[in-house]
Amino acid sequence: MASPAKPVDVVIVGFGWTGAIMAIELAQAGLNVLALERGEDAATVPNWSYPKVLDEIAQSARNGLLQNLSKTTVTIRHDKNGRALPYRQIGSFKPGTGVGGAGIHWSGVHSRVMPQELRLRSHILERYGARFIPPGMNLQDWGISFEELEPHFDRFEHVCGTSGKAGNIQGQILEGGNPFEAPRSREFPLPPLTDPPTSALFASATRDLGYHPYPLPAANASRPYTNPYGCQLGPCNFCGFCSDYGCINYSKASPQTTILPLLYRMPNFSLRTHAHVLKVNTDSSGKHATGVTYVDAQGRETEQPATLVILAAFHLHNVRLMLSSGIGKPYDPDSGEGTVGRNFCYQLLDSVNLFFDQSVYINQFMGAGGVGQAIEDFYADNFDHGPLGFIGGGVIWGRQTGNGPVRGIPLPSGSPTWGSGWKAAVKDNFLHSGRIEAQLSNMAYRGCYLDLDPTYRDAYGTPLLRMTLNWQDNDLRMSEFFGERLSQIGKAMGAKSISGRVLKRGDSWDTRAYQSTHINGGTAMGADPRTSVLNKYLQSWDVPNLFVLGANVFAHGIGYNPTGLVGGLAYWAAANIRASYLKSPGPLVRV
Amino acid sequence: MSSNDRPTSRRDFLFSGVALTPIALAPVATTLATSLANGDALPESAPSGGPLRGSAPAPDHPATADYHPAFFTPDEWAFINAACARLIPADEHGPSALELGVPQYIDRQMGTPWADGAIWYMQAPFFEAAAEFGYQSQLTPRQQYRLGIAAIDRLCQERLRQPFAALPPAQQDDVLKQIEKGSLTSADLPLKTFFSGFLLKNVMEGYFGDPMYGGNKDMASWKMIGYPGVRGDYLEWVGDAKPYPYGPVSIYGKRG
Repeated sequence: MASPAKPVDVVIVGFGWTGAIMAIELAQAGLNVLALERGEDAATVPNWSYPKVLDEIAQSARNGLLQNLSKTTVTIRHDKNGRALPYRQIGSFKPGTGVGGAGIHWSGVHSRVMPQELRLRSHILERYGARFIPPGMNLQDWGISFEELEPHFDRFEHVCGTSGKAGNIQGQILEGGNPFEAPRSREFPLPPLTDPPTSALFASATRDLGYHPYPLPAANASRPYTNPYGCQLGPCNFCGFCSDYGCINYSKASPQTTILPLLYRMPNFSLRTHAHVLKVNTDSSGKHATGVTYVDAQGRETEQPATLVILAAFHLHNVRLMLSSGIGKPYDPDSGEGTVGRNFCYQLLDSVNLFFDQSVYINQFMGAGGVGQAIEDFYADNFDHGPLGFIGGGVIWGRQTGNGPVRGIPLPSGSPTWGSGWKAAVKDNFLHSGRIEAQLSNMAYRGCYLDLDPTYRDAYGTPLLRMTLNWQDNDLRMSEFFGERLSQIGKAMGAKSISGRVLKRGDSWDTRAYQSTHINGGTAMGADPRTSVLNKYLQSWDVPNLFVLGANVFAHGIGYNPTGLVGGLAYWAAANIRASYLKSPGPLVRV
Repeated sequence: MSSNDRPTSRRDFLFSGVALTPIALAPVATTLATSLANGDALPESAPSGGPLRGSAPAPDHPATADYHPAFFTPDEWAFINAACARLIPADEHGPSALELGVPQYIDRQMGTPWADGAIWYMQAPFFEAAAEFGYQSQLTPRQQYRLGIAAIDRLCQERLRQPFAALPPAQQDDVLKQIEKGSLTSADLPLKTFFSGFLLKNVMEGYFGDPMYGGNKDMASWKMIGYPGVRGDYLEWVGDAKPYPYGPVSIYGKRG
């Protein structure tokens, strides 16, 4: 039986990026804030100190910083008639764990969102007409504008010390930046990182092809930096251990490097680790949250009363908590009614390895998660989709994220997998190969959704979240289009051979090979309670003292890396809670 | 997958034309006798090799010749050593997996939580499924090795009257290739999964991993490919597409 704990003003479930943002913003407003984190505490020292964390076996081969799936995972099927099977091993996506969450092992690519993406349905109707939207696509607007979010994107970038070059400041197009960029209020806090060889080749080749390369915004500091909270970052030294790793160098933005040092000094904030939240509790009306119930490391259940409840865990856990707490109406793919679990999306990643002559040194062991050059000539609706007949787009980049041999040495297709021939191939290619990729939006479809699995349960006895998702024709045709662009760019970069993975029509989602952790949707934000779970302030339509953060609030997939949008939305929600909700608790939008 | 993974009529094809002359298994110790001579010693308490343990000091490179496997039986150990010698052989390109202590790496990994499936969701029910749904077997890595080695040795014994380790190298290569292709199968477990998902993957990890885990003696694999290990500081070089001038450094701070 759950024993009650001392009530708090705010309980935050999950203590990664969004939990840390909401915690400091509400603690600064004077509220008594408690964060519950199911994983362990972690800090740069000792957890990610040099050289301990630069360990490919522990971090990459054994998923040292990732969620232990033996405790809880998800099940996956491709369509609603299939049998969902557990995601038993880490593969296609990598949920984090512990204090800092996925904000520890992320790469640091720090994008925003394209204004059209927030009103994609309206935009498509205006430019192409209703018949352009394929049957079964749940295209909808997000109920919010880019202009409303811009100050909060700016805020998050300045907290992170993001390195980049503006392409558009208040409408003025600037040389060296992304000419497709939506207007930003000011320059990035830090200049771009140095281009590693892959990125330099990519920029030169795409410029020659008539595209518009720009330095990808990276939450890897290019210079010493002190952020608005007084937290200090050191310049990235391209150690080559970024994605999958905690930063040795206080260079990659994480809750630990940018927020927690100040937050931990505030007496009205407290953190409880090893606290796995089982459900959000509501009163008899079902319209008011009374707190949460969590289970601690010893298996004891505690009821934590709170005036305001914030779900700030990773996507999967936020959606699962909504479903197992019975808040909102679960989505039914047959009737199309219900909203929780609706519009579950992912992202497509086409990844191509380039193999160069022995005289070309790429040195793939050097790099940083966010460093790279990119083009957005084919992002969102920056290009005419009319003749192409698909909706969506993506960013194409030449990043050099850092790689080591345990993480896998890409080889030209047809190379042996072992033996002397394999040895010769790794020796010939390790220093002379690079990678370019296209990261593509994934639209929302009527048949792609989340619900609770009827068979499998986690270590706490709760049904696992069930994913029903597969690639759809619209998205695969888009991927084929991008495959041609990647091939064109790879050749222009001077690769002597190219091989990789480009999704094409007929391909299904393969859960084995890593592609990205950018799953999204399931508790969409929006203007219409019939198609969204949250209003534009990320407040539950059903339970007004519950706010839900994370990429699960996306109404459909975007082509960018989601963290910049997720962080910006968290600051947006926090600002509105402070400015409006606290003065008059209740629904911030009435319909 | 395993419905197709049965002994097939290819058995006659498999080793046809291959001489059945017994070849004595070369003991590992003779291959790597130099290790102890170089002054290596086993630590008083051997580290587990796993990310969640291993507070005891590890040698900067292993005393492989004198290594006593904690998990593998003598027959299994002979298989592991023989397989390592074929998967990454000694040749003009660089050292073999055997020389670098990869068998020791694999044995030490068998003592980690990973080897018991402790970082995987291992709740029933288990169903066979299309490969793209990922690992759906209830076998842990330890069980994969126990059953996989036994099945391969049994197949070799039945057809060639020798365990895998006693076969000549060309025959060993042939067996491994057929397993990898899926044309040599066992009713006991999907051998192809054991080969590609465990044996080959772990051999690569041991060969390229930090020496503190028991393989990659003297960082020799890193030197072979030009990988600087955990130097982790390239700010002055990242903008130049040129050869990097320094040799590798290991987690224990050794320079290679």
